[in-house]
Amino acid sequence: MEKVNVGARILGANEQYAMKNIELLAQRKQLCLNMISSPGSGKTTILVRTISDLKGQLRIGVIEGDIQTDIDAQRVRATQAPAIQVNTQGACHLSARQVYEALGKLPLDALDAIVIENVGNLVCPSALELGETGKIVVLSVAEGDDKPVKYPGIFAKSKALLVNKIDLLRGGLVDFDLDRVRADARRLNPDIAIFPLSARTGEGMGDWYDWLGAQVRQSRL
Amino acid sequence: MHETVVAQGLIEVILGEAGKQGGRPIRAKMSCGMLNAVNDEVVRFAFEAVAEGTVCEGMTLEIEHKPLQARCRTCDSSFTVSLSDARCPRCAATDFELLPDAPLVLDEIEFEKD
Repeated sequence: MEKVNVGARILGANEQYAMKNIELLAQRKQLCLNMISSPGSGKTTILVRTISDLKGQLRIGVIEGDIQTDIDAQRVRATQAPAIQVNTQGACHLSARQVYEALGKLPLDALDAIVIENVGNLVCPSALELGETGKIVVLSVAEGDDKPVKYPGIFAKSKALLVNKIDLLRGGLVDFDLDRVRADARRLNPDIAIFPLSARTGEGMGDWYDWLGAQVRQSRL
Repeated sequence: MHETVVAQGLIEVILGEAGKQGGRPIRAKMSCGMLNAVNDEVVRFAFEAVAEGTVCEGMTLEIEHKPLQARCRTCDSSFTVSLSDARCPRCAATDFELLPDAPLVLDEIEFEKD
């Protein structure tokens, strides 16, 4: 019997591509956010509204990750923004290689920021680094206020938390304690920026836009 | 099921090492951080599936979870973060900076040699 010390990175193949993406983005001083949430939280709706509202101020390109279809890329393209659809064929997350290839297809010179809309899933995408500048997590109020406690990984790793569909809170349609979400998310991640908003009504979107603009400026330094 | 990617990564490293060492791999030990969301049972299940038909078939996989560390912004001490009660054990402050989570690493492999 012989024991061999290896010390090899298990996700080394993914990390090599993540490193290429980090280098590319750093060289170009371009912001790239990796957007993660459960399916149906409103990631695409937030993106479409953000792109439309910021037209003329911020040019955003999108990498759409889905298991099947290009429905989301079509929704983004309807705003005239460039979108590259990546179908993972069953995989529950995007890989750094898929993002590297998609970055090569985007007109990067004509963009201020890139948003990767990851496959809807709160667990798996948080385990694979894509070489992004930062992660943002979306939680819609209908999913419940216990998600930061139940899925700590993604809340601990994200720069910002977008609490979507807050228009549903009026009229008591859903039980959701926003203060609890704030407290639980900050306990894991004291630096996380939190934006309660509704991409449907536009409520609260302004603070998110200000934050996004600040992130773009910071990337250019 | 990102554990499938983890299992594939493990097999790739082990096969590469087996080629260099000669001999049959019997046991491997990996480690990971708390935020990688690695479920032992799922990784083992995925590992068995990917190992089938390779020299890795029947290997034992040992998994170590390394605790998450943080640095307190009040008293500057470093501590292990408990996900259920995250506060500095020295001064009880809740303002801290999370330190990078441990990466997924294949630490050692045990080979059976003739």
